[in-house]
Amino acid sequence: MSATAPAAEQAAAPPPTALGCALVTGGSRGIGAAIARELAAGGWQVAVNYRSGAEQAAAVVEEIQAAGGTAAAVGGDVAGPDAAAALLGGAEEALGLPVLTLVNNAGVRHDALSPQITDDEWDAVIDTNLSAAFRLTRAALRPMMRARFGRVVNIASIVGQRANPGQANYAAAKAGLVAFTKTVAAEVARRGVTVNAVAPGLIATDMTEGVGESLLAAVPARRAGTPEEVAACVGFLASPGASYVTGSLLTVDGGLSA
Amino acid sequence: MATATRDQVATRVEDALVEFGADRDAIADDATFEALDIDSLDLVELAQIVEDDYGVALTTKDLEGIDTVGKAIDLVVERVG
Ligand SMILES: NC(=O)c1ccc[n+]([C@@H]2O[C@H](COP(=O)([O-])OP(=O)(O)OC[C@H]3O[C@@H](n4cnc5c(N)ncnc54)[C@H](OP(=O)(O)O)[C@@H]3O)[C@@H](O)[C@H]2O)c1
Repeated sequence: MSATAPAAEQAAAPPPTALGCALVTGGSRGIGAAIARELAAGGWQVAVNYRSGAEQAAAVVEEIQAAGGTAAAVGGDVAGPDAAAALLGGAEEALGLPVLTLVNNAGVRHDALSPQITDDEWDAVIDTNLSAAFRLTRAALRPMMRARFGRVVNIASIVGQRANPGQANYAAAKAGLVAFTKTVAAEVARRGVTVNAVAPGLIATDMTEGVGESLLAAVPARRAGTPEEVAACVGFLASPGASYVTGSLLTVDGGLSA
Repeated sequence: MATATRDQVATRVEDALVEFGADRDAIADDATFEALDIDSLDLVELAQIVEDDYGVALTTKDLEGIDTVGKAIDLVVERVG
């Protein structure tokens, strides 16, 4: 049985970071901003997507440039009509390379106990956290398959794997994202494209502001995680070293779900 | 929309199949994808190449029953018009 790693075969080929760029959805704040910085540090030219935080996205871009990297801000609602073509096209236009690393990070929550979740709240969470990831991935797989290299990293949540009352919509979206990740991973593995998910636990960002100290007591690490701790995992999954890791769910939660 | 002769399409399809790992000498109109070791993902990628080059979108439904090289070429030629 042949077990030649593609990386070994292509020793003389240019690195993936010279052939494509990275797109991080929701890269203007929190975990997404940390992922954008991490990928840039790993040599990727990064398209930093934002929905409303143009200034924050510009600040992330400036930070990356100040550190010697290349980045561009690409605005747009991931759940909007034709968002996939607009964002992938916008990234390619701004950076001159097709997107070969896609990080589906943009996410929202609209918490309520199930009997109180409105149709709009259900739809908004499913559209942004799940359907947008599908549409972006579907479109991005084309250049990835042609390039025989691609990295898709979907930011899920431990809430997709275990109950958290008040987040039925969010949990359904994140669990769906994990199932989607595994299925697509199996479909495209033989094209050198990996598809993985990262499940953060409680991470200190705007999204978790005000989420109780009581929850922290349940975390074996006794603290919230940092966006950088999630970003480091994404950086690994996007790297050539992770070429045989696909369809996996990497949990980053200080032991909360252990 | 681009126009193309059957020969042009056949060349493009053959090149793609070789890129997917098929043996060029084994490619013929009546060669089955199964015999060439061309699988469903290869056909999806072939559809993408056809769309990029000729501007016609082929769906999974369109590809149903397309089990030989010749049928694939004919389908593309018919759609490109
Ligand atoms: N924080 C946690 O504890 C935690 C735990 C598990 C999973 N996660 C997941 O990690 C991801 C990032 O979370 P975070 O904590 O960093 O959240 P955050 O601080 O609230 O930031 C959310 C980011 O997503 C962007 N965004 C939201 N909706 C968007 C849309 N429709 N189109 C484009 N961008 C959109 C926001 O952009 P604008 O500001 O420009 O609108 C912002 O950059 C999410 O998928 C979240 O579910 C977070």
